[in-house]
Amino acid sequence: MAAAQAVEEMRTRVVLGEFGVRNVHTTDFPGNYSGYDDAWDQDRFEKNFRVDVVHMDENTLEFDMVGIDAAIANAFRRILLAEVPTMAVEKVLVYNNTSIVQDEILAHRLGLIPILADPRLFEYRNQGEEEGTEIDTLQFRLQVRCTRNPSAAKDSSDPNELYVNHKVYTRHMTWVPLGNQADVFPEGTIRPVHDDILIAQLRPGQEIDLVMHCVKGIGKDHAKFSPVATASYRLLPDITLLEPVEGEAAEELSRCFSPGVIEVQEVQGKKLARVANARLDTFSREIFRNEKLKKAVRLARVRDHYIWSFQGYEA
Amino acid sequence: MEEDQELERKISGLKTSMAEGERKTALEMVQAAGTDRQCVTFVLHEEDHTLGNSLRYMIMKNPEVEFCGYTTTHPSESKINLRIQTRGTLPAVEPFQKGLNELMNVCRHVLDKFEASIKDYKDQKASRSEPTV
Repeated sequence: MAAAQAVEEMRTRVVLGEFGVRNVHTTDFPGNYSGYDDAWDQDRFEKNFRVDVVHMDENTLEFDMVGIDAAIANAFRRILLAEVPTMAVEKVLVYNNTSIVQDEILAHRLGLIPILADPRLFEYRNQGEEEGTEIDTLQFRLQVRCTRNPSAAKDSSDPNELYVNHKVYTRHMTWVPLGNQADVFPEGTIRPVHDDILIAQLRPGQEIDLVMHCVKGIGKDHAKFSPVATASYRLLPDITLLEPVEGEAAEELSRCFSPGVIEVQEVQGKKLARVANARLDTFSREIFRNEKLKKAVRLARVRDHYIWSFQGYEA
Repeated sequence: MEEDQELERKISGLKTSMAEGERKTALEMVQAAGTDRQCVTFVLHEEDHTLGNSLRYMIMKNPEVEFCGYTTTHPSESKINLRIQTRGTLPAVEPFQKGLNELMNVCRHVLDKFEASIKDYKDQKASRSEPTV
């Protein structure tokens, strides 16, 4: 009985000990455990696998993936970061830049601006092609000139009052449709995602006049093409109390974990600790600093339950 | 999710280059002369841990495979060496192809489940917010 439990624990849980982590690697390959059939079975996988979306809004997505292995989950994470294509500014043709920001710095900043355009509607640009066509390029124009404000107060020192157009934001970028793009994309659908990103600051007499070409690319080429701000996953925590914890110790126990994980209930006049929601825990391992309580708890993670969260610009 | 489609596309791209023998090498087989076809090292160009680790996992799940491992030759070169040794007399190309197919099926299934789940979530949200609107 105990041996079977130990084997189950080895197969399904990654255990966090006081000084190390045990059962890290996947071991359920055929032949490793007698009595288990570990050969790949697509039907068994499909029966066990599920995806539950926890939270989704414009910028963030959090969901659970249960029943998959680390190798494949990691492949998804790597692909999300590096190989999902987006559109971003690649070539900047500078006609006039008398601002304090150097051409190349300005071009670098423009490349990092997220562009709201569905990359699936565009093709990759062929290597060696200098001119972009309507099927693989988006063109934007940025033309801003800073002037003195004639109606400002005499002794004002606020730049917002003194100067006109002294801050260049992404809302100053205008889309220039190429070929038949004006028919395919309605007015206002191709734009930078945020219109309040500060690109550069100007003073009177300075001007920025440039044309930008956006192409489709992947994060492997340059990080500006990565569609997610951050894509990460963590394993579902699994906290078990090995012995009942009562009274003052129960209060102490609940303070060792993130709020909401351990619940202290009144049972028959005594306080008893219970694991309420292990998912909220961040595993600070505070419990191991408490000599009495560290033997009462087993910290582990469920090996095949992944909690994904990523932040993008258009989810 | 787009990345499932990306992974599927990568794998089917790999398979077509195996079948058609494109000029740009995507895949090579290295074998010591004189041994039978059970122990083969495949060299996959323009690949890294993304395909290597997931493919290794799928091939290891095959009970006919005695050994499967992969390495990146050098971080500056983007190619991996994947070695497969089979039990019995099975040629090593078979578990390789089987692993690729199974990986494609897994990705396809994950994509279907994910899209269904997103759709459910959106429907739930819509039905929950209707009474207030």
